[in-house]
Amino acid sequence: MSAYIVRRLIGAIPLLLFISLVTYAMMALAPGGPVSVLGPRGGNLSPEVIANIKAQYGLDKPWYIQYFYWLKELLFHGSLGNSFVDHRPVIEKVFEKLPVTVEMIGLALLLTLIIALPIGIYAGAHRDSLVDNVASVVGFVFYGVPIFWLSIVLIDIFAVQLRWFPSSGISSLGAEGDPIDRLRHLALPVVAIALTGFVSWMRYQRSSVIEAMSSAYIRTARSKGLSERDVLFKHAFRNALLPIVTLLGLSLPALVGGAYFVEYVFSIPGVGYLTFSSIFSRDYPTIMAITMLTAVLIVAGNLLADIAYAVVDPRIRYT
Amino acid sequence: MRGLGRFLRERTAATGAGFVLLLVVLAVFGPLIDGTPPNAIDHAILGMPQPPSGAHWFGTDLLGRDIFVRALYGARVSLMVGAAAMIVSFTIGVSYGAIAGAAGGVLDAAMMRFVDAMLSFPTFFLLLIIAALTETFSLGIIILIIGLTSWPGLSRLVRAEVLSLRDRDFVEAARALGARPGRIVLRHLIPNALAPVVVAAAFAVGDNILAESSLSFFGLGVQPPQASWGNMLQDALAPEAQSAPWMVLVPGLLIIATILAFSVIADGIRVSLDRSISQSAADDEPPAELLAVPTAAGNSSRG
Repeated sequence: MSAYIVRRLIGAIPLLLFISLVTYAMMALAPGGPVSVLGPRGGNLSPEVIANIKAQYGLDKPWYIQYFYWLKELLFHGSLGNSFVDHRPVIEKVFEKLPVTVEMIGLALLLTLIIALPIGIYAGAHRDSLVDNVASVVGFVFYGVPIFWLSIVLIDIFAVQLRWFPSSGISSLGAEGDPIDRLRHLALPVVAIALTGFVSWMRYQRSSVIEAMSSAYIRTARSKGLSERDVLFKHAFRNALLPIVTLLGLSLPALVGGAYFVEYVFSIPGVGYLTFSSIFSRDYPTIMAITMLTAVLIVAGNLLADIAYAVVDPRIRYT
Repeated sequence: MRGLGRFLRERTAATGAGFVLLLVVLAVFGPLIDGTPPNAIDHAILGMPQPPSGAHWFGTDLLGRDIFVRALYGARVSLMVGAAAMIVSFTIGVSYGAIAGAAGGVLDAAMMRFVDAMLSFPTFFLLLIIAALTETFSLGIIILIIGLTSWPGLSRLVRAEVLSLRDRDFVEAARALGARPGRIVLRHLIPNALAPVVVAAAFAVGDNILAESSLSFFGLGVQPPQASWGNMLQDALAPEAQSAPWMVLVPGLLIIATILAFSVIADGIRVSLDRSISQSAADDEPPAELLAVPTAAGNSSRG
């Protein structure tokens, strides 16, 4: 097992290098560099000043040299560089935005599972029942709902008309440390994420219960006279949870990057919001840091999913 | 109950196809018949969006522009981007997957590593970066950006299909008759691998429409004043629009209905293709949208 993990980690290195190279190339080759977004002021700068600014940030060199410098800093000094915008270390910028996003996505994931798992299990155990049919119709409709549209609708109903929840931000003026106030601000974004995300979880859970219920050991359990309840919860349930374990691992990257829409519409100062602002201001180091963080999480999520799978299911062995 | 399910499914597939057809007809001919320009600003009602009425079926927006007319022009954009981007990703994905599958060996391994790497980018993140950095937002560029970021999944599908066909007797026979590899790929492997690709392509149109409206919503797609469902929703974000729910509902419901229509069409195609193989298996298989991996962020990562 540990040899397998080491091999997977080594295999991830070329992948991460490739992703960083492609992202850097795309950024640097796209028209309009960081200097062009100095805006109206940029138009009035003399060519010498522009050349000076470029030299100061190393932007006068070809993109592959720039990439090489970036990589050298990362490998030899463990540094992802400083932001072009405010000159702070990008690690610091990303990590101060991370808690809000992780909290929001974590709560959303929790709510998703609370909605999806019981309905999925019930629908799988009682196929074609009323609950199954209603759940599949509701699930079908939510499949087509764009998360940014749902966010606008939730704001219109619950923040503007009913005034139950605040419409944007993460805290009210003067109530910055108050956990209740924070939860009230997170309520609508969390609901928006959960409502658009629970469908696929529910349907996965449903089909894995159906699959488990049709296997031979269930027939054995039934034939020794166990009640349907015991069959479902003592035998089918454990096996039906396996795919969900994998999905949890695969959804790890969403903890960082999956919330651009919601953070944008609700003005929540998280990593998604930082992604937007750094893309628009051509802040190469920050874009690179977020890309690499997301890529690392994707690799780690895949690996964790495989490991967790082997832990819950002793039949699976990696060599 | 099972018979009812199948009946309903076929009815829904037909409804979906009917809706798309109606949308296409309205998008193509509607503006010709009505003739109201989509960007005609009515200064009398500037800043006072009017509710739906006989004169303005879906109401007006903040600039007094007719939302029904704009929605039709938006449908043109969405359908065109959805279909054209699908053709781009279809062309790349099918040829890439077929070549990898047919070649096998080191080339196949290398090509699939590249696909793995492409799939390691969150798609919408990639879309955002490219769209923001390109800075030009013509329809052609938007189509290219969406098409160029959505082919890797499709190429995997085609490769798997080609691998399962590669050693079949009829391919063997063609090889024995001296057919060149190019001919085998084009005449034997690709046509036989198309069935699942057609289903994926129908889903892809819906996904591309979602991607286009998301980009336009963020100001990175179709640029105002040209109407698109996404930038119409962007207009609806303005505080003055809060008293005008039709500004939110019309473009939103159109996006939802169109995505759902393409998804039931895809499902209908899948069921009828499956039926030609086996009658009973079709009902027990999960719908194709389950093949996509869900994330905590819901469909944001699908775009």
